[in-house]
Amino acid sequence: MKTIIGLEIHVQLATATKLFCGCSTDYRDDEPNTHCCPICLGLPGALPRLNRKAVEYGLKVAKALDMEVPEESEFARKNYFYPDLPKAYQITQYDKPLAVAGTVEIEDDEGHEKLVRITRVHLEEDPGRLVHVTGGSKYSLVDYNRSGIPLLEIVTEPDMRSPQEARRFLNKLRTVLEYLGVFDGDREGSLRVDANISLEGSERVEVKNISSYKGVEKALTFEVTRQKNLLRRGQKVTRETRHFMEGRGITTSARSKEEEHDYRYFPEPDLRPLRVADWVAAIDLPELPVARKNRFMAEYGISLNHARTLTGDPKLADFYEEVAEIDPVLAATWVADTLLGELNYRDMDIAAVPPGHIRELLGLLKTETITDAAGVQVLREMLDACARGSPCESPVAIMKREGLGKATGSEYAPIVQGVIAANPQAVEDYRAGKKGALNYLVGQVMKETRGRADPRELGRIVSECIDTDRV
Amino acid sequence: MITESDIEHIAELADIGISKDEVPEFTTQFNAILDYFEVLDTVEGESAPAAGTANVFREDEPRPGLSQDAALVNAGSTENGFIKAPRVM
Amino acid sequence: MAGTLDFSPDDRYNAFITTCREAPFSDGRLAGVAVAVKDNISTAGIETTCGSRILEGYVPPYDAHVVGLLRNAGAAIVGKTNMDEFGMGSTTETSAFGPTRNPVDQTRVPGGSSGGSAAAVAAGLVPMALGTDTGGSIRCPAAFCGVVGLKPTYGRVSRHGLIAYANSLEQIGPMARTVEDASRLMSVIANYDPHDSTMLDKPYNHRPIAEIAGLRVGVPEEYFGEGVDPRIAKTVRDAVGVLEDLGAGTVPVSIPGMRHALAAYYVICTSEASSNLARFDGVRYGPAVDTRKSWHEAYQDLRRELFGPEVRRRIMLGTFALSAGYAGRYYAKAQLARRNIQQDFERAFRKVDIVAGPTMPTVAFRLGEKTDPLSMYLSDILTVPANLAGIPAISVPCGRVDGLPVGLQLMGRPFEDERVVDAAFAYEQEVRA
Repeated sequence: MKTIIGLEIHVQLATATKLFCGCSTDYRDDEPNTHCCPICLGLPGALPRLNRKAVEYGLKVAKALDMEVPEESEFARKNYFYPDLPKAYQITQYDKPLAVAGTVEIEDDEGHEKLVRITRVHLEEDPGRLVHVTGGSKYSLVDYNRSGIPLLEIVTEPDMRSPQEARRFLNKLRTVLEYLGVFDGDREGSLRVDANISLEGSERVEVKNISSYKGVEKALTFEVTRQKNLLRRGQKVTRETRHFMEGRGITTSARSKEEEHDYRYFPEPDLRPLRVADWVAAIDLPELPVARKNRFMAEYGISLNHARTLTGDPKLADFYEEVAEIDPVLAATWVADTLLGELNYRDMDIAAVPPGHIRELLGLLKTETITDAAGVQVLREMLDACARGSPCESPVAIMKREGLGKATGSEYAPIVQGVIAANPQAVEDYRAGKKGALNYLVGQVMKETRGRADPRELGRIVSECIDTDRV
Repeated sequence: MITESDIEHIAELADIGISKDEVPEFTTQFNAILDYFEVLDTVEGESAPAAGTANVFREDEPRPGLSQDAALVNAGSTENGFIKAPRVM
Repeated sequence: MAGTLDFSPDDRYNAFITTCREAPFSDGRLAGVAVAVKDNISTAGIETTCGSRILEGYVPPYDAHVVGLLRNAGAAIVGKTNMDEFGMGSTTETSAFGPTRNPVDQTRVPGGSSGGSAAAVAAGLVPMALGTDTGGSIRCPAAFCGVVGLKPTYGRVSRHGLIAYANSLEQIGPMARTVEDASRLMSVIANYDPHDSTMLDKPYNHRPIAEIAGLRVGVPEEYFGEGVDPRIAKTVRDAVGVLEDLGAGTVPVSIPGMRHALAAYYVICTSEASSNLARFDGVRYGPAVDTRKSWHEAYQDLRRELFGPEVRRRIMLGTFALSAGYAGRYYAKAQLARRNIQQDFERAFRKVDIVAGPTMPTVAFRLGEKTDPLSMYLSDILTVPANLAGIPAISVPCGRVDGLPVGLQLMGRPFEDERVVDAAFAYEQEVRA
């Protein structure tokens, strides 16, 4: 049974000011109602003033998604009554949006490339934030700091066929938005998703309130199961709106009257139309993820997997390019595999890592001044210090302090002798042809040298020692 | 022809609140006005692109707004800097 | 020169909602001049009610742009004038603070919705006042009270701070006893404001000139037909005759779209109003909403109690006109009708420079006389076309019928407010002489 999924994504644009007034968008962690003015508070007589940068950002996204920008677009009022909506209407775009008809390329579940069509993108303002007070008396508390924040609404056609496809689409979209510099993914709530999902032949269900894009896969997976179960039991899927409860991983029926809303849209009389189709040609797009991935493979000679990983986050890709010079393939392995793993483990951001230090570490590895194992240790120490907020020691400094420099032959010759002498059985096994025995002996030497000896070299040395040492 | 029940429905849609005894008079008046509006059925023509200016913008530069006090000064009741409103279900 | 004006008017006509007993003033082209401001225009620190209980106690934290301009020009803002609630009416009888009485005859209405401003000027309490005109709300009271009132071209005066009734139709404008004073006030308020995206940067800075030789005056048949008191029609034709004596020529013109004008106007203004007035929820301003109730119940109860019946009627009409299933029939058609009327005027203005006719089809009615909403709306028939077309229109006194003032209405091309003012000035100077 085919699953049909469409998404509606709201993205907070990273402009300095709100969509219709000069209040700063940097309101997080601030006291309530401290980023307000007559316009975003909806005071009587206040008039909206459109932020040029929001339009530019919207057009940038439209161009990156290969969309058509109509000759004229306009704003409209969406009328409904809610305490977080100060004017009792939201200024949005209705039948004349900023751009229409675009595409995003993703991988389907079989690994083939497919296109997800983008129906439209349009600009609209965010409402304020409600806090619900329960208990003895029940009421709402409103904070209008968020009221008027610019949103770009991106609507897809129902082209996705599985929750995984939806997740891949969102990852791709999010990466593109970050590459364009129009969106700050680190800000909480900066990307919100509503999903429409149906099983072929059944009614469509809308799932709202998905605030993390990881939640999207969870919510949709739950829905697919729930809907399939209904049909299996001979019941029908009701056309309705459901809310996603992130903590419990389930969707529940919204029971609200949202379906019945008549928003009475009409063109916003306080704003003039937009004629910006001719702006598109002049928009310079930065190198987008797909192009950058291909360039990485061509220019640096790295693998598709590494290129994909590195270009999945523009900051990571930038970082890589800063450290790659000494040896791009070595750098790719260390950044994409090792460093990224260590960062994830520590819940750290790439921004906390000084590129110069990694360049230095790569230099030490390339010249074989330290072994891979020692390199990992140095990296871990460095990251731990950075995470603590202590000054990030350089790899050379850590290496010297911890004595992690590669052990020289003269250093470990006696250790090799010692290990051979202490493990006669293993030596016997080795002479008898058991290769595992050599690894065991090498391991013992590694332990003694605290990993500072190069295992490949060691293998040769131990076997030479044993061979020449025939007693 | 608008009925009294239609009037009540429109009042609901508009969240405007009319009392029961206002309904009959509102209904009569509404119908008279809508009868007059019927003349619009005879309007001819097709809609055309908007005349006048386009592309009126403001630059993306922060400007001082209201202090929290000024934002709250006219509010009926506030709590810890928030503005109090009736509960939504 | 700076100081405070001691303002203690004998307000027997109930022209004012708020008076500023000690009004500060400073230097400028209106230094020390007492100016009254209609109570739908935001004045920082001064209560602004729109004639409604739902804004009782609301003190705006900011000035409307025009108020800032008045202050910069040194004017003394002496009070906020009475008005029909939210501008919805033609008699100032729907004010929550009692009707204003016409100084010419206290048993009669002063017109509306800027009745308070007109009465304050007519009674000599102030030389100048600001009014607002959405469908005739400056010109109607000017005609009924025998003063001068100008509705500027749409987009010439900033609406920033004007508490909106119908955004695409309304303008703030000057009211005074003479054309010269009205023009002086217009020169102060008609300056560009980037806060208002619907404005054009075409400041007005004009001294009226009584020179109209060669002016072509259009006389539309629709302004002198059925529904217009024949004595008013005659009085106004005589006034047009004075213009001819001064060297103007008259040309018959026609505005066929007039037959749809009133319906189009009421659909558009009620639609916009239904949206504009939805923000009055008692949360951020106005008498507090009851937070013990649930949202919809609290909101409805507040609006039933604090909005008058005319306001609630128009909100319902507008909601209906925009609602699904009806928007095509009402709102869309009204916008078409509007465009047709604009084109009718454009056509006329190829043959003539100004258009002349009566401001109102009758003289001032008695207080309490018009109880039927529709018949009240019909009195706007001659004023709404200028709002629909966005063109400048002035009313200047041109005589009396039954002892009550009659207004001559002159309309012009967009942004030719100066020409309209000059024609009114020429007429006024001639009849005074």
